[in-house]
Amino acid sequence: MSRFLRWYGANPLHLLVLVCSFAITGYACARLFAQRPVEVVIWLVGAAIVHDLILMPLYSLADLSARSVLRHRAQDMPTPAWINHLRVPAFLSGVLLLVWFPLIFRLSGPYQGATGLTDAVYIGRWLAITAVLFGLSALILAFKLGRIRRQARDDEERPPASAGKSA
Amino acid sequence: MAAVSARVSAFAERIGSAATPPGPFRSGFWRSPIRGPWLTSVFGLVLLFGIPVMFVTGVLSYAAYNPGLGPINDQTADKGLLGFYLFDWPTRPYWLYRLTQGLHVTLGVVLVPVLLAKLWSVIPKLFQWPPLRSAAQALERLSLLLLVGGGIFEFVTGIFNVQLFYVFPGSFYTLHFYGAWVFIAAFVVHVSLRFGRMTRALRSRNLFRELRTGVSGTRPEPPDADGLVPVAPAAPTMSRRGAVGMVGAGSLLLLVVTAGQSIGGRLRGTALLAPHDRDPGHGPNGFQINKTAASVGITPNLVGPAWRLEVHGSGRPVVLSREQLLAMPRHTAALPIACVEGWSTADQHWEGLRLADLAALSGLPAAGSVLVESVQPSGPYSSVMLRGNQIRDPRALLALRVNGADLSMDHGYPARVIVPANPGVNNTKWVHRLTFRT
Repeated sequence: MSRFLRWYGANPLHLLVLVCSFAITGYACARLFAQRPVEVVIWLVGAAIVHDLILMPLYSLADLSARSVLRHRAQDMPTPAWINHLRVPAFLSGVLLLVWFPLIFRLSGPYQGATGLTDAVYIGRWLAITAVLFGLSALILAFKLGRIRRQARDDEERPPASAGKSA
Repeated sequence: MAAVSARVSAFAERIGSAATPPGPFRSGFWRSPIRGPWLTSVFGLVLLFGIPVMFVTGVLSYAAYNPGLGPINDQTADKGLLGFYLFDWPTRPYWLYRLTQGLHVTLGVVLVPVLLAKLWSVIPKLFQWPPLRSAAQALERLSLLLLVGGGIFEFVTGIFNVQLFYVFPGSFYTLHFYGAWVFIAAFVVHVSLRFGRMTRALRSRNLFRELRTGVSGTRPEPPDADGLVPVAPAAPTMSRRGAVGMVGAGSLLLLVVTAGQSIGGRLRGTALLAPHDRDPGHGPNGFQINKTAASVGITPNLVGPAWRLEVHGSGRPVVLSREQLLAMPRHTAALPIACVEGWSTADQHWEGLRLADLAALSGLPAAGSVLVESVQPSGPYSSVMLRGNQIRDPRALLALRVNGADLSMDHGYPARVIVPANPGVNNTKWVHRLTFRT
């Protein structure tokens, strides 16, 4: 057992489960690759690559840039709470676009002919939802900032009074 | 095997002894203070329930096409052992396919933010250094490639297909069915290797305390063996509660703008971004259309006064005009149209001849199957096989009218099949020949 552990790196059950899984994968792949195998492999492996090495770095970079660029303009704002007022609506609008972009950008050729419906409505709806999301987020931030400013003003007015009392 | 293992170890040592490359391969690169086993496990737990529901409803959808009746119904005829579970698809409850397929598609859309969050939470693992420590780890990483690649492949092909965005390389049925087996094989491995770690991580923090902790109280999880927790965490800008809440809000929003196309009624209008969000027309024939007559090459002269229905069985074929069909005893059934794309209609009131009566007319009242052929020029689903249980259900009709009016061209005039719990495309429109078989 310990010799197996040394040369394999995990217990035998690990190997059995993986070999069993690969056998099923092989059986399915033989059929999956029966036609246009190169393109199917590109789609299958490409799916992981496009997500892990393109989509994720892009949205991480967008998040980092937003934070560093807007930090200078947000010096009088309470940090770091404001970033989430940008992040949350951008994320919500983004996942809607990610899922429904073929309809939103009217990329589906057969849609109109097949369903008897027009796909011209979707971009306007997505933009409207996006506007509502960012608008709500802005309202909530404005409300929070207003409260913080009032509090700061109250705090400024109070200290002289308390100083006077203690004197 | 031993030689291979030795070579992998030697390779791993050689890479490991080399300096770690810069950037994402350095442990200090990943700085989010909320990454850690607990957060990963929360998203993992949601997928642990969601993915099996999607897999089961998916394989049920394949069974619903009755692929056992022959290649006409079977888009993946070389399935072999992967069709081991197939069974005769029932006709009751009549809303069965509407439920299973609506669930499959809606859940697939709703889980997208959770899948993205789960992948975000484990991204440092992709860049671990050295990349291969042992043969076991090499095999596991190969399995993870199939898990991530297969998973995204399934979500993308499914989501593109429901929008009729046919850019994938080949038949949707082939890609999505075999792709599902590649994905689920890797998913089962992943669950069996990580289930213990997931439950330990979930127990490591109190959910209710986590839900009361804001940004200012957010601290990284204790260092973990997997290296998800950053060694040099940045100051928190979002709490774990915030991250889970944002992902949940994404799922909820997708649910709101999608589910209405499967629920129908007044809620259809709420499906703002879903493909079947509004009715294409008004009146008795105003409900959803899968393929219009024009889009599949049905012209008025194909279904004009010269149109006849042929009924084949044991004796001489019976040939009937639409007037003769209308003169026969008619029956009604309230049944929905439910599409593989996940949308469906409320119950429509169909009126026409029972398939059972037509089977008796053909001389085969105990028919085991029927081949239904459309006047539609040859193409997918211009013909279909139905099974004996579907023929004999009293609600299974060759419909001539719907909601009190003649069928419209787009809904299959002069005659169409409607069978309870049958996938939409198997309810053939513009029928011109029924061939009953024993």
